[in-house]
Amino acid sequence: MIKVKKGIDIHLVGEAKKELKNYEPKLCAVKPHDFIGVVPKLHVVEGDEVKVGTVLFHNKNNESIFFTSPVSGTVKAVVRGEKRVILQVVIESDGKYEAIDFGKADPSKLSREQVIDKMIQSGTWTMLRQRPYSTIANPQDKPKCIAVSMFDTAPMAPDNNFVIENQYEAVKAGVEALAKMTDGVVYLNVNSSATAKKLASLNFSAKNISINEFEGPHPTGNISTQLNVLSPINKGEVVWYCYAQNLVSIGNLFINGTYDSRRTIAFTGSEVKDPVYYQTRIGAELSGLYNNISSDNVRIISGNVLTGTKINGDNFLGFYDSQVSVIPEGNHYQLFGWLAPNFKKFTSTNTMGASLCKKSKKVLDTNLNGGVRPLIMTGNFEKVFPFDIYPMQLIKACIIKDIDQMEELGIYEIDAEDFALCEVIDPSKTPIQQIVRESLEMLRKEMN
Amino acid sequence: MGLRKFIDKIKPNFEEGGKLYCFHSFFDAMETFFYVPNKVTLNGAHVRDAVDMKRNMIYVLIALIPCFLFGTWNIGYQHFLSHAQEVTFWQTFGYGLLKVIPLYLVSYIVGLGIEIVFAQVRKEEVNEGYFVTGFLIPLIVPADIPLWMLALAVAFAVIIGKEVFGGSGMNIVNPALLARAFLFFSYPSQMSGDNIWIAEKADAYSGATPLGTLLNGGGVDQLPSMMEMFIGTIPGSVGETSKIAILIGALFLLLTGVASLRIMLSTFVGAAALGLLFTAIGVSDIPFYYHYLMGGFMFGAVFMATDPVTAAQTNKGKVIYGFLIGAMAVLIRVANPGYPEGMMLAILLLNVFAPLIDYCVVAMNISKRKKRWAKAEERSAK
Repeated sequence: MIKVKKGIDIHLVGEAKKELKNYEPKLCAVKPHDFIGVVPKLHVVEGDEVKVGTVLFHNKNNESIFFTSPVSGTVKAVVRGEKRVILQVVIESDGKYEAIDFGKADPSKLSREQVIDKMIQSGTWTMLRQRPYSTIANPQDKPKCIAVSMFDTAPMAPDNNFVIENQYEAVKAGVEALAKMTDGVVYLNVNSSATAKKLASLNFSAKNISINEFEGPHPTGNISTQLNVLSPINKGEVVWYCYAQNLVSIGNLFINGTYDSRRTIAFTGSEVKDPVYYQTRIGAELSGLYNNISSDNVRIISGNVLTGTKINGDNFLGFYDSQVSVIPEGNHYQLFGWLAPNFKKFTSTNTMGASLCKKSKKVLDTNLNGGVRPLIMTGNFEKVFPFDIYPMQLIKACIIKDIDQMEELGIYEIDAEDFALCEVIDPSKTPIQQIVRESLEMLRKEMN
Repeated sequence: MGLRKFIDKIKPNFEEGGKLYCFHSFFDAMETFFYVPNKVTLNGAHVRDAVDMKRNMIYVLIALIPCFLFGTWNIGYQHFLSHAQEVTFWQTFGYGLLKVIPLYLVSYIVGLGIEIVFAQVRKEEVNEGYFVTGFLIPLIVPADIPLWMLALAVAFAVIIGKEVFGGSGMNIVNPALLARAFLFFSYPSQMSGDNIWIAEKADAYSGATPLGTLLNGGGVDQLPSMMEMFIGTIPGSVGETSKIAILIGALFLLLTGVASLRIMLSTFVGAAALGLLFTAIGVSDIPFYYHYLMGGFMFGAVFMATDPVTAAQTNKGKVIYGFLIGAMAVLIRVANPGYPEGMMLAILLLNVFAPLIDYCVVAMNISKRKKRWAKAEERSAK
């Protein structure tokens, strides 16, 4: 058992009940913006018939990475933005889920190249990402290790122990496939001893697998937090990673021979009438679920409230997301809010009434709760940042875009999402995730 | 709500292109004083902590209220004591109020005026930082200071100490202490000696502070009793005399987590360490705990050293920073024949050195990381 001490859990009203419903989307979209550093080159035009696994586009910057259709049907639209940048490739589903057969196989008997090839052809490869930078893994690299976070600690996050309950066969095949791709260890990180036992009883034929049980507040479920304990990333090293449901999809590719685009999402938040789990498809159009939302002035977020993307407007589930959060918009004034006891709000500090009931579940809105100020207070980020890194100093290095300092202070070991809690508790309301994300992008472009 | 409607009605005048655009920073400051704005998160985390900079700053101000109240009363008390007059509590307090209110008016009008002008020019929101600075400055000067002198010091501290560096959060030294240092070095006759610490003192009465007594060669036995120094019925700067009031403020700051316990504690430890050393080797016969009770030590440790902008920012750095402030303050008090009080100079000195302390602390983290990189490279080379 590995205990992570620093961090904070934000308790919100609207966690999903352990009840799985089915949601068949009429539309699905693959959005190049979900993938960092991908410039799409289209393989289809509007009106083309596609199957599950048909290539929609590939990455101009790395021609060996294909993005495939999650459903069968026709290409309804290629939505473009400024300068004709492709925003979405929208597929109208025919509801049949006819799939291209990539051939069943036992991954433990395939070579590394065969495993990679099958994953790339089917589009499953895009589920595997790398650190640093959080881009899609480059098949030419040999990662130091591969980490799978089997649990999520974000607010109202889906309980993956429930989601993968009946999928251990696929998990096994997925792990065997991953084990082929590194000479290092495949880390399976879980948060329950029951899941750890089930995984241990799967009798993997690969030897380089390590099951670790974690305990602690958010961000314990983040890949960086786990890697920081298990195998910190050094300059020049590459680590691959994915999450529980990605592992299931990878496994199902080898078991069934098809691209498994199913995705179980937790439909959560205080503004959801009946928060439950839905089984749907990657990139699903979600408006069919909106009758389950109780008010109009809401923000619908693909992902969790810390790192997710606001999706009122296009309504497509993000490629890597397994949660939708619906919370009230905070576009209202509060009289003397800076002095009010604020029992119903969230705070990590001891400065108000809310401090007395930190454990109770709250309804939080999107109000910034103050104006943007220079970084003044110190010492609070350290309490929610479980890394051997000085967060304030790293943020400042990012602001002044000093690459040497960023490297020295450990930017390769983290991702923007790891700063989400710092951003939440920051009394100066600095856009920290954006600052870190931009710096990582700058670094990525500079290094390649 | 009526107020909200009124604000919304006059708001367009202050927006870009409006008639009163040149006052938009002031309007903005007033609006955000009444209402937390309706701004929502645009990127990153969608929910945010309810704490903001206003609350942090206001809490420091609340923590200072006991010092302000006691200090105000003590001005009157010391004055009437020197004249050997018996008066009621309210007369005492009222006399003190008449002395401090002009100090506060000057401090806030001059300081906030400059802040608002700078915010207007920079097109930023007015920062709450000066609420604290402006409240601190009258508490660390003698009650009888000429108001023009105070105005000059405030202007110097805000412009040279803060705004030239980019405003709150960017300054190197604590602006309130800078104001005091400015007065101390520019007008030494009004800022030191035995005759300035009691408002309109009777000539024959000795108005020496405990530190002044020691400087003039007095021994520990000539000091006021420890109880008097602890309660604060002694001459001194307005807010520094009552250790009880300061401790109440300290407790509030620590419970709310607004000030750093690391800095406060290590400052006390630093003073104790050097105080004990000096008595042990016979340099000084002042017990170390007297240093806590005399002069501005406690006030500085609680309200000045803990200023997050000018203190060290790393947790380890804070401990070193606090320790050195305590030690330096005692060193100056004991070893320096010119200045009776060392706390102001100790904090200003460590303000300047805080970035260096942080640099060393962070460098240790960096070298640890680089060692790990080197090991990893060795491994992959094999």
